[in-house]
Amino acid sequence: MSRAVFGESVKRIEDPELLRGEARFIDDISIPSMLEAALVRSPHAHAEIRGIDAAAALELPGVHAVLTLDDLRPYLLTEFLVVGLPSPSYKQERNRPVLAGDEVVYVGEPIAMVIAEDRYIAEDAAQLVEVDYDLLPAAADCRDALADGAPTVHKDAKDNLLAEFSMGYGDIDAAFGKAAHIYSEHITQHRGGSHSIECRGAVAVHDPGTDQLTLWVSSQMPHSTLRVLVDMLGRDENQMRVVTPDIGGGFGPKLVVYQEDVAVSVAAIKLGRPVKWIEDRREHFIATTQERDQYWEVEVAVDEDARILGLRGSIVHDHGAYTARGINLPQNSAESLPGPYEVPAFRMNTKLALTNKVPVTPVRGAGHPQAAFTIERLMDRIARELGLDRTEVRRRNLIQAQDMPYTRPLKTRGGVAVVLDSGDYPRSQKDTLERAGWDQFPARQLAAREEGRYIGIGLANFVKGTGRGPFEQVTVRIGTSGRVHVYTGGTAIGQGTKTMLAQIVAEQLGGDMGNVTVTTGDTAATALGIGTSNSRLAVTAGTSAHVAAGKVREKALKIAAHVLDSPVEDLEFDGAEIHVKDRPGRIANVGVKLGELAHAMAGTPGYSLPGGMGPGLEATEHVILDSKAFASGTAVAEVEVDIETGGVVILNYVLAHDCGRIINPMLVDGQAIGGTAHGIGNALYEWMGYDENGQPLTTNLADYLLVTATEMPRIDLLHHCSPSPLNPLGVKGVGECGVVPAPGAIISAVEDALTPFGVHIDRAPISPPEIVALIEQGRERS
Amino acid sequence: MSEKRRVSLAVNGTAYEETIETRLTLADFLRHQLGLTGTHLGCEHGVCGACTVLVDGYSVRSCLMLAVQAGGSDITTVEGIAPSKDELHPLQEAFRDNHGLQCGFCTPGMLTTLVEFLRDNPSPTERDVREAISGNLCRCTGYQGIVDAALDAAQRLKGQDRTAGPDGGESP
Repeated sequence: MSRAVFGESVKRIEDPELLRGEARFIDDISIPSMLEAALVRSPHAHAEIRGIDAAAALELPGVHAVLTLDDLRPYLLTEFLVVGLPSPSYKQERNRPVLAGDEVVYVGEPIAMVIAEDRYIAEDAAQLVEVDYDLLPAAADCRDALADGAPTVHKDAKDNLLAEFSMGYGDIDAAFGKAAHIYSEHITQHRGGSHSIECRGAVAVHDPGTDQLTLWVSSQMPHSTLRVLVDMLGRDENQMRVVTPDIGGGFGPKLVVYQEDVAVSVAAIKLGRPVKWIEDRREHFIATTQERDQYWEVEVAVDEDARILGLRGSIVHDHGAYTARGINLPQNSAESLPGPYEVPAFRMNTKLALTNKVPVTPVRGAGHPQAAFTIERLMDRIARELGLDRTEVRRRNLIQAQDMPYTRPLKTRGGVAVVLDSGDYPRSQKDTLERAGWDQFPARQLAAREEGRYIGIGLANFVKGTGRGPFEQVTVRIGTSGRVHVYTGGTAIGQGTKTMLAQIVAEQLGGDMGNVTVTTGDTAATALGIGTSNSRLAVTAGTSAHVAAGKVREKALKIAAHVLDSPVEDLEFDGAEIHVKDRPGRIANVGVKLGELAHAMAGTPGYSLPGGMGPGLEATEHVILDSKAFASGTAVAEVEVDIETGGVVILNYVLAHDCGRIINPMLVDGQAIGGTAHGIGNALYEWMGYDENGQPLTTNLADYLLVTATEMPRIDLLHHCSPSPLNPLGVKGVGECGVVPAPGAIISAVEDALTPFGVHIDRAPISPPEIVALIEQGRERS
Repeated sequence: MSEKRRVSLAVNGTAYEETIETRLTLADFLRHQLGLTGTHLGCEHGVCGACTVLVDGYSVRSCLMLAVQAGGSDITTVEGIAPSKDELHPLQEAFRDNHGLQCGFCTPGMLTTLVEFLRDNPSPTERDVREAISGNLCRCTGYQGIVDAALDAAQRLKGQDRTAGPDGGESP
């Protein structure tokens, strides 16, 4: 009998190599005669380049080249990486040059690539390259950047407005006109960097004999990297392959195609030697994209019963110096502001401001955490103003289960309707409150106060659109070896993609995961690929794998029926074999191996294929899924605040989440908990600072704080299951879900702990000094 | 451009006599000169802990130590933890069973740190484990699976002879 593996916490097929130190990450790739690169980067946020003198660097023994934009131009059709997602709302087109020409616009922008025998020499030489700068004024704060007369980020620009758009529905003026109460909030939000423990890196190899270029790159989206290389290098797809090795975490910024990826590729062609570039952590702080500041001004209109009538406001979004992705982040933020709540009228205006800082692109959550934080802050505000429990205000406004699917009159960036496909939000909140002991908390709080301790509790609900389409390609192929091979354009960045796909495929092809291999992120393996982002692979690649495996199963059974001269319904898969079921009157266990079936379908010259069927034992699918599957849930945090130091300790954290049907509970737990850790960082620790000149202030892991094991509480998880009606597996994504509610729940809890001081928190992250200052202000007021 | 020294050392039980540039870090020596790429570099400034190896049984940030300083030492890297090619160490098994790794990049440093810790603390509490790995950053797991794996491994190791650990000896 075939074993069931879908829905089971099977062990990951990725793990043994990783545990033995035998995996191959980008810096583990070593090719004979390979050279290594280091970058000369701008130390200034804005400057003109008057000249570059590489003479001293070139004299250093072991240095092979110092490449500037002028050196790369002969190999390029265009020097710009044109990657912006389409939108009618752009006011300026700001594409990154592969290396800076006569202007640098952020600290860390690459100017020259030094190539040497090894990294040590390359770094020595990079320090010897003299760049003559003429300093220009910088725009550092995105609000100031939009003011009249602000310094422009680019010297040829008239202003810093990159894009502007508005979205909404309903009669917003009427909603506010009839409101019993209107409350406004100004909210400051910041996300920080991704900080995968592996930084970025690329290795390019050019074979002059075949004129083939291979780029190994630590990327979430190798197919888009290939497309950019086609556009820039003017080479056709058949001359290039982009492939991802094992990837040491992505978290968003690795979905971007970077200047270094292109420069390394050109260098390998120009020098006729393989070239490797590995980013170090300081470079990751200044040259890898971040998700940064958003300033929200929002107003909510409610009736006498605290029911929302309308929601309106504006966002100023820090875009950084170039468009490395598009308008997607503030689009996500504005679009997801109503979250799991009924909002009859809605209007948001959004401005994207260029700043002299590294470009901004998604970090795990991609604009959604800011929206969740904002709406949850508003919920707390309504509760406080009207003297209601925070849970009650939310309960009155949550969309009800019977109203699913719930159409919100908004469109995604691609013009797809926003439809919350399934979920039971009230139940999520109710169950989470029970698990967290919400009703008993006042007694705990009172007891703590008597001991001089300040504890608080807070909650946040969330929805998160996952599985962004339109598709992910998957090929399922049974080889003549009898092994099942799965190929996908999606990339494995640590989330267990290979295990997940192997489970889905094995479920239909014999149940033996040990007989399944999965290849991810290789443009030579799949013609099409979108890649990893937006908690999308279980939905998109999972669905394609499911449908493809079903077709292979059907065909294998038909061929086996022909070979075994037995009706299909009498046959069953068993590991790498199909055999006749054990039933009365049949000769049981007469079987045929999958490899034999594949052999039969591989064709023999001059002989017909068995059963009149088409050749091969494989299927390629790219199931179209335009609509997002909305995961949802609730977080409750209980914290203790030290009123002397401002330190916050998370005492308890409950997360309920609903990602539809679960393929592997162990992996889902891991994603939910890991995402929560990132969200705790966003609430309390992670701050990428810049001074007024655009100089980054936090460029090492001592200044920029990632959550460690001692701050991290044990996360108490609750699972709900509302299958998505949008895909045959009923699944939704989970990778980003933990991040989304965490800042809202934690800040609510901190504020609750500090109720005696009348503290109101309008930002995330919040640091201990800021908490102490808020307490002081509260004491002065009272 | 730096001078070179002749250095003898043992790595995972194999003796090496190597000519090493004096400025080469131990991490780069292990990775690029010996080809032991299981030791990973996450920050190169001593915070993330991914590069942790055992030098004479003690955990060391191999990004902050020069290879020539390891002369005469006995080094254990992640490649030397499993007892054989076919078996995993109980700690590695526990990591797999408890989902103690996702991308796996921090894992070598977590494993080496915990091999030392569990040798010296065979019956740790959860708090002890969290303190022990507080110098190792993981961006994927939220640490919960790692903590569970360490506690599980402590139980598994109780049934074994701890003096025959992967560092090849008693506590230093």
